Amino acid sequence: MQPIPIIEIKDLSKSFGSFKAVDNLSLTVNQGDIYGFLGPNGAGKSTTIRMMMSLIQPSSGYINIFGMPLSQHRSSIARRIGAIVEKPDFYLYLTAAKNLEILGKLSGANVSKKSIDAILDTVGLLDRASSKVKTFSYGMKQRLGIAQALLHNPDLIVLDEPTNGLDPVGVKEIRELILSLSREQNKTIFLSSHILSEVEIIATNMVIINKGCTIVEGNVQELLNKGLLKVNFMIDKPKQALECLNNSRFNSSNIVITDTAITIETEQFFISDINSLLVANDIKVEGIQSTRSLEEYFLSITKP
Amino acid sequence: MFFTLLKIELEKIFKKGRSFIGFIAIGILVPIIQIAMYSEGNDYFNMFTQTLQQQFDFSGNLLNGYLIAFIVLQSLFVHIPLLVSLIAGDMLAGEAIAGTFRILLIRPVSRFQVISAKFIAAQIYTLLLILWMSVLSMGLSVLFFGKGELFIVASTITILPQDDILWRFLLAYFYGFLSMSTVASVAFFFSGLVENSIGPIVSTMAVIIVFTIISSLDAGFIKAIKPFLFTNHLIGWRYLFEQTIDSFRILQSAIILFMHSILLFALSVYYLHKKDIMT
Repeated sequence: MQPIPIIEIKDLSKSFGSFKAVDNLSLTVNQGDIYGFLGPNGAGKSTTIRMMMSLIQPSSGYINIFGMPLSQHRSSIARRIGAIVEKPDFYLYLTAAKNLEILGKLSGANVSKKSIDAILDTVGLLDRASSKVKTFSYGMKQRLGIAQALLHNPDLIVLDEPTNGLDPVGVKEIRELILSLSREQNKTIFLSSHILSEVEIIATNMVIINKGCTIVEGNVQELLNKGLLKVNFMIDKPKQALECLNNSRFNSSNIVITDTAITIETEQFFISDINSLLVANDIKVEGIQSTRSLEEYFLSITKP
Repeated sequence: MFFTLLKIELEKIFKKGRSFIGFIAIGILVPIIQIAMYSEGNDYFNMFTQTLQQQFDFSGNLLNGYLIAFIVLQSLFVHIPLLVSLIAGDMLAGEAIAGTFRILLIRPVSRFQVISAKFIAAQIYTLLLILWMSVLSMGLSVLFFGKGELFIVASTITILPQDDILWRFLLAYFYGFLSMSTVASVAFFFSGLVENSIGPIVSTMAVIIVFTIISSLDAGFIKAIKPFLFTNHLIGWRYLFEQTIDSFRILQSAIILFMHSILLFALSVYYLHKKDIMT
């Protein structure tokens, strides 16, 4: 089946004075995708999302959502999008339910107490429906942010760092919620994050951006499997292991040894063969750790 | 959708504690003036009319509800701009500070609708404040002091017959609303420019003070621009209490005030329509 593009961004740029926050960014998100939008802090993720939500005007390029140019059909597009943009901010002097009622009405939804309670239940805040938002922790506001994004049953859900401030249980719950929205309701999710492992677990496709530019885009599994792995074998006889590997088909210039380990760049399916070779040569393998080149690259750009 | 927005904006205003500061302040100030006039009013009246009483015979209830309402109207119009800016100045800046402008503007409502609803909500708040003031100053004063002729001593002495006063007060309160609506528009305009709540209030008061000072000067080009400064027309309601009313002058002042509000609203829409929302 031909994929249906939901978001098409082409040559999108945004400058603030001489600073280019987004530089010729292009991406396509198809229906039903959980699309990971990855990049370190300051990479231009939120600026891109703000442009997608018409909060800021692009300097150049275009954004098509649901097959319509955003610049001409903002209102009808916005009706079909639910979003958290950056922080989950609310009217602190109003209750959670009142905030949802207001935002739901503005989204054109037919909000009832029942629908508000149902969505609050989904995000685990039903017992705090009558509490003013000023009494909420950051994690609770994040949950309420997700609730307001889902309240009007949108086709596209844009989530900017949705697990920020959540405890591990909360992160898991939100992850499961995102997966169920995609699998059970065929919603398209655009998920921004600065944590690769978070996107890796749930996203189907992703793009990594840095300094406003696209670094890599594609299917998550393909991207993660692409290239060699750096495999670290923790062993008792590193010198003997080096000699053994040099005399084998795994002979490579990319072998590094330390007192307790040997690191080799290889492909996923050779790991068990290397392990067998080492064990066969009476070398005790105490542990194996592998690092993907993409992960290493991502870590290098996210390091402060 | 616009009326939904307007209803939401009004709801937001009246869910905030600070919105009642104006009502509470007026609710305290007006009775204080009334109590002061009740206990010391006759002495004040005699002091101000001492010279006149040597030449004229004063009879009837001159320290009446209308006079008290007139005094309240004069004294409170000094404070009301501050009370109005407190809310109007927070309409846009408050959303920017709280980050809620973002969650409003990602909805399927246009920026024009959002700004218009906020502007009209600020004007409705101003109207309610003036209504509250009129009910307290006129209603309570007439209740406790009774009715009578309105005796005004300014550059000339004006005595208005009892049956010729009420309509003047009604128009004066409406004019007062127009004046404060312009002040609210100034605060609203500043509210869109900055991302803090104090800035619009301070800027509005600064504009009123600076324009009032300019209005008192008669030099060169100032003379030419003076008639167009809104501060020059804020107290135009006083002309309604002259023996012979200069309708043209009052109407001209009202139009200048109204045009200021329209212009400031248009500027707010123009600026915010293009503004990148970064908060």
